[in-house]
Amino acid sequence: MSSDVRFTDFKSDKQPTWCPGCGDFGTMNGMMKALAETGNDPDNTFVVAGIGCSGKIGTYMHSYALHGVHGRALPVGIGVKLANPDLEVMVAGGDGDGYSIGAGHFVHAVRRNVDMSYVVMDNRIYGLTKGQASPTSRQDFETSTTPDGPQMPPVNPLALALASGATFIAQSFSSDAQRHAEIIQKAVEHDGFGFVNTYSPCVTFNDVDTYDYFRDSIVDLSEEDHDPHDREAAKEKILEGDKEYMGVIYQDDDSVPWEKREGIDQDMSDIPDGAPDDAMDLVREFY
Amino acid sequence: MPEDLNWAIGGEAGDGIDSTGKIFAQALSRAGRHVFTSKDFASRIRGGYTAYKVRTSVDRVESVVDRLDILIALTERTIDENMDELHEGSVIIYDGERSTMQDVEVPDGMIGLSVPLQRLAEDAGGAIMANVVALGAACEVAQFPIENLDESLEKRFGDKGEAIVENNKEAARLGQQHVQEEYDHEFDYDIETTDEDYVLLNGDEAIGMGAIAAGCRFYSGYPITPATDVMEYLTGRIDQYGGKVVQAEDELSAINMALGAARAGARAMTATSGPGIDLMTETFGLVATTETPLVICDVMRSGPSTGMPTKQEQGDLNMTLYGGHGEIPRFVVAPTSVSECFWKTVEAFNYAEKYQTPVYLVSDLALAVTEQTFPPEAFDMDEVEIERGKVVDEDEIDSWLDERGRFQAHFSAADGISPRAFPGTTDGAHMTTGLEHDELGRRTEEEEVRLEQVEKRQRKVETAKEEEDWDYREFGDEDADALVISWGSNEGAMREALGFLDERGHDVRFISVPYIFPRPDLSEEIEAADDVIVVECNATGQFADVIEHDVLERVQRVNKYNGVRFKADELATEIENTLSGADAGAAEVEAE
Ligand SMILES: Cc1ncc(C[n+]2csc(CCOP(=O)(O)OP(=O)(O)O)c2C)c(N)n1
Ligand code: SF4
Repeated sequence: MSSDVRFTDFKSDKQPTWCPGCGDFGTMNGMMKALAETGNDPDNTFVVAGIGCSGKIGTYMHSYALHGVHGRALPVGIGVKLANPDLEVMVAGGDGDGYSIGAGHFVHAVRRNVDMSYVVMDNRIYGLTKGQASPTSRQDFETSTTPDGPQMPPVNPLALALASGATFIAQSFSSDAQRHAEIIQKAVEHDGFGFVNTYSPCVTFNDVDTYDYFRDSIVDLSEEDHDPHDREAAKEKILEGDKEYMGVIYQDDDSVPWEKREGIDQDMSDIPDGAPDDAMDLVREFY
Repeated sequence: MPEDLNWAIGGEAGDGIDSTGKIFAQALSRAGRHVFTSKDFASRIRGGYTAYKVRTSVDRVESVVDRLDILIALTERTIDENMDELHEGSVIIYDGERSTMQDVEVPDGMIGLSVPLQRLAEDAGGAIMANVVALGAACEVAQFPIENLDESLEKRFGDKGEAIVENNKEAARLGQQHVQEEYDHEFDYDIETTDEDYVLLNGDEAIGMGAIAAGCRFYSGYPITPATDVMEYLTGRIDQYGGKVVQAEDELSAINMALGAARAGARAMTATSGPGIDLMTETFGLVATTETPLVICDVMRSGPSTGMPTKQEQGDLNMTLYGGHGEIPRFVVAPTSVSECFWKTVEAFNYAEKYQTPVYLVSDLALAVTEQTFPPEAFDMDEVEIERGKVVDEDEIDSWLDERGRFQAHFSAADGISPRAFPGTTDGAHMTTGLEHDELGRRTEEEEVRLEQVEKRQRKVETAKEEEDWDYREFGDEDADALVISWGSNEGAMREALGFLDERGHDVRFISVPYIFPRPDLSEEIEAADDVIVVECNATGQFADVIEHDVLERVQRVNKYNGVRFKADELATEIENTLSGADAGAAEVEAE
């Protein structure tokens, strides 16, 4: 983990095929900056991505990486981290990927509190399938498959995380490069599951939740008198629902990652050439 | 004196049937007798008939038979349920003092022993020991030295304290004495003990043990009958070797976690049963196309859907052979006995890593719940070899980098097998994806690259077909005109059936196949036989289908898989080429 790693070392030589102006460019830059700032390098980093425009992120970054199936990136990340706790694991995906098909995994990944980070590029729409409603789409947001809007309240991912016992909850905005990188860095540094919901506008299919909209409505918590260690205060902010907060909303400094509590600290790739020396004891148990 | 004794305890689920049966089975095994156990159970925790059956002999026993010599009936229904297997002279032990058992009618010709199980248990220190009183009574009937039961009771209750153990021993003695004193009957049994040392275990336990022996360090699963015992076995034990069992939130998660662990370099496994395999199939293709070594164990039960969770079936073979969209190179290995559950698990890990493919380890409920005795050498750990395949470290990685210094994780090697760099390896950072990819793991839809990668993955299977011994196990008369083929747990019953067939004047050659894909080429054996019979526990004959397919003359094939549909002119040429090939073949035949 050389200290001379620069964030561009995390860039792959594949040109992103995102639409010009897509929020995912900024989200990715922040992720790379945060990884470099926290002393990681591509050879000790594992990035797992889901499916969607957002999921392509692993392809454009340079590290050990896996681009999996829709909604299942979190369990892959957990498996990687538990098998080798020395690795820095970052999982990325979209709001559809994480809160729709992968919602079950999200809740349980939060509960498990393995030491990794999870960045959701929330554009409040399905981008890659060309503009259908996502779980964070507004109730009246008209799309090709929901001409009158989904007619359901959107999922509140922060509340879902809070209710599941999250130890780190943050929200970010991809176009605020400086703040975004800082927030992701905090998630990476957090001892446990660092969850960041990032507003990452889709310039092609979402004309409501745009850069302008977020710029106008975002409230930066660093400019407010908010104590992220105060769970009650965090709860209040999260449940308000009508404000777009940016910053670390909740952090439990006493968080102990699951793998530490379970005593998992070994690189599991290292095994002997044959059965363990005392393996016959396993047989004798059956006498 | 019949040396082969069939014993059972039956009652309601929750009556302690399993643990009582196991105590008896272990006592027999420790006394140097072979044991084969089976369970009748229903899919509920309390209530519902359940039984634990033990067949024992000085010789090896490989299956269950339709006969019951001694039955401990805790409920009246137990007798009804086993009516077909009871025979003249069968002994039925029951508690005639229990209000529910007062009207029990012992069928004609059978010997009813009413033993006040509950009362004697109370005398020994608590009604909870009623089943142990029955065991003592059964020992007397079988003329089985009750001292052998003591060790089993110590093993079972040892951690509850000396007093509990002593009380249990006393309970057994009271049962024994009651039979001695109250029944002036010469029983037909005289159970011999030997000096042999056997271990007693079931197929799920053997799979778990095989996994640890093979260096498995990560197991993630979601509970399901009858696969859960694999997880329960590994829990606690795998930790001693630096590993971990994780109970995932569902099977989708379980297989994805295992995939992650495998990519991080751990030997990883998940186990489930049919409904779980359905869910895992989504990720199965990802495992294969990212060339991740993974062992997926399917302990089959009756399907489809939730089917009959506690009943035997071998209905998932097609699923494991063909499941998943697109075309997926895979191995399917199916152990044929409890000890093979161990060895095939070890092999499965080696295939997975050598060929960087998912391996289905297909077992079934009959293997999973059957406990069988083996000499400990059947699990000789010195025989276990671990082959990790083409793993490259810092020193070797240079030769696998392209001209720009990028690691070629999907290098299209001649044998189809690319190098593997565990995360953390300097200069090895690379991408892999479920999308079609190039040698660097980067997404592509280029026709040439697509062809190259499909063929590369397929070549692994060809390599494995050549390099490994896809053997079978053979029994019976090698020169017989009748050939029986089976797979999975049928081997034991079929081996014994050979004896019966022999008595009835039939010579049979029996081949038990542990490899479904790749599998041994049986065309010569089939050619040499008059009758070919495939035995399997399913309705449609899934294995029979593949075997039949193997010996059919092949149709010629024109295939395209570069991502573009057939074009008419191209198709005409392809067919023309194939036709002339066919003509040449025909000419050759004529010339012979
Ligand atoms: C099992 C499965 N179902 C459906 C799809 C099709 N699909 C691809 S991306 C996507 C939605 C992605 O939305 P989101 O996660 O919000 O990401 P975005 O593209 O907006 O970044 C869907 C439904 C798929 N790839 N796999
Ligand atoms: S469709 Fe939307 S989310 Fe996808 S790349 Fe284009 S702008 Fe980004």
